[in-house]
Amino acid sequence: MIAGRSRKARILGGIGLYGAVAAYVIFALFPLFWTLKISVTPQSLLYSEGITLWPSSATWENYKTVLRATDFPRYFLNSVIVSVVTAVLVTIIASAAGYAMSRFSFRGKTTVAVTLLLTQTFPLVMVIPPIYRIMGELGLTNSLTGLIIIYTAFNIAFATFLMQSFFDGIPKDLEEAAMIDGCSRSQALRRVIIPLTLPGMGATLGFVFTAAWSELLFALMLISSDSQKTFAVGLLTFIGKFAVDWGQMMAASVLALIPACLFFGFLQRYLVTGLTAGAVKG
Amino acid sequence: MASVTITNVQKNYGAMNVLSAVDLSIADGEFVVLVGPSGCGKSTLLRMIAGLEEISAGEIRIGERVVNDVAPKDRDIAMVFQSYALYPHMDVASNMGFSLLLRKTAKDLVFDRVGAAAKRLGLDVFLQRLPRQLSGGQRQRVAMGRAIVRDPQVFLFDEPLSNLDAKLRVHMRTEIKALHQQLKTTSVYVTHDQVEAMTMADRIVVMHDGVIQQVGTPLELYDHPANLFVAGFIGSPGMNFLPAVVNRSEAKVEAQLSDGQTIALDGKLPIEDGERVTIGIRPENIEVGSSDALKVKIVVIEPLGLSTQFYTSLSDVQVCIYAMGRTDRKPGDTMNIGIKPGDVHVFNPATGQRINPAA
Repeated sequence: MIAGRSRKARILGGIGLYGAVAAYVIFALFPLFWTLKISVTPQSLLYSEGITLWPSSATWENYKTVLRATDFPRYFLNSVIVSVVTAVLVTIIASAAGYAMSRFSFRGKTTVAVTLLLTQTFPLVMVIPPIYRIMGELGLTNSLTGLIIIYTAFNIAFATFLMQSFFDGIPKDLEEAAMIDGCSRSQALRRVIIPLTLPGMGATLGFVFTAAWSELLFALMLISSDSQKTFAVGLLTFIGKFAVDWGQMMAASVLALIPACLFFGFLQRYLVTGLTAGAVKG
Repeated sequence: MASVTITNVQKNYGAMNVLSAVDLSIADGEFVVLVGPSGCGKSTLLRMIAGLEEISAGEIRIGERVVNDVAPKDRDIAMVFQSYALYPHMDVASNMGFSLLLRKTAKDLVFDRVGAAAKRLGLDVFLQRLPRQLSGGQRQRVAMGRAIVRDPQVFLFDEPLSNLDAKLRVHMRTEIKALHQQLKTTSVYVTHDQVEAMTMADRIVVMHDGVIQQVGTPLELYDHPANLFVAGFIGSPGMNFLPAVVNRSEAKVEAQLSDGQTIALDGKLPIEDGERVTIGIRPENIEVGSSDALKVKIVVIEPLGLSTQFYTSLSDVQVCIYAMGRTDRKPGDTMNIGIKPGDVHVFNPATGQRINPAA
């Protein structure tokens, strides 16, 4: 009983809880902080200053070099194109598939579900050789289109299950009420179900975007020319034969974080709004 | 407004038969309640009238039109769901006006009709609120409002009061009944609560295992239940049932209980000497303290103020007795009771059918 607990116990409990949360947040964010720190550390101080929390003098030099003297802006743009197109495609396809899985019973439904699940069970490394062969035959190696196709294919299974669970969360009564009110099924979908699924679609969009944004394995295998590299592959160009340019690499990493942060900042509104609050009893 | 005619309607899910050969005609303006335990097929029947469930066989007409293959949106019906099914992203006004807007009704007219319905239901101050900002009772009213704005041929209610607390339920029950008396729209109302059925219905349809057991006015069902199921389902506290054997002689006909006590029966009943029967007696038809006497042992006494409920044991069967007034008897006491032959319902224990003449 909360009411029965003494004031002291409550304060201690609060300190414990916030302490634990703070410890976790520090643990999770420290690598990001370190990335930021190194990105603003001048090359000359990187190895000479020892381990400090902040360099004695900070600089934007690494950022300038990355943006002006490397191919990074190109990689960045490629990543944006691949991730946005993949996220939009997957969200549209997974929404349609998830709706069908949630609302209709059709022949082969279980087979489809099991097959989708199966694709999630083996390591991706296993399928790289066959995929490389197939994409080679189709002339889709070393192209962003090829990457988009692969990312879309590999994200659809999970996204479909995710969307299905969002549709499952919307009471069937709502659709039926809409159909009695005068909607056809597609009108009910458009005017009642989709507005309520927007948070779910936002979550799916965000999830797929992040997955595509940070994907390395396929991009590394399929892309060879500088003009088609995504930033994840591009980061590796900062590793030279004899030295790693840590400052520039970290500056590029910080820049790469920006779209993901913006994206989630934008989607947050949808992610936190109550899904169907007030639709039914309660 | 329109009548609803259901002819030989069946519903199968694969091999499973949910409704078998249902026939029912509902007159224009009538308030009919479908009642039965869960799984009896009452909601399925309602959803078939709504068009949300396919009809496996048979025919449903609304007015003169066969609606078997008509989409729900073209049936001109309105439905109130148990969950209310309000659109969470629309405010109260939009929820209520949604159907009219879909029918391309002029904006002013929608505004007027929503306003009028809201006023009638006491919702006029909530029109700009979202469903999640309303209480359960208010949401229920919005669901009602959404239905009446339409001015449909038929109202369908699917356990609309089940999610309300007991007090509000009684209140809304009266309100729905009053609304029906004003609007006189044909209504089909599904509930598992026999009290709701008794209080609201013009006619009650009692269903069990996908079969209609009896159709009639509340008092017809109460006074002349067609079988053991209806007898047990209608009435609260429920009818008492006792197994008995018929003693028939020139002088009298009586039912002998397992402990040897006898209850006099109507001499005109078509039953043979030695026949096994189940007799049914309503709790309020048992007279306490009568001199001619069956003896029962009191187990529990429930004082209700205006009346008293006795739970007693008669030949090892629990018998509930409902008596007006108060008592100074104690549990464990033996008391005398009397039962008039005309108040005894007699059923065939094998078929469950009533043996007394129907009316």
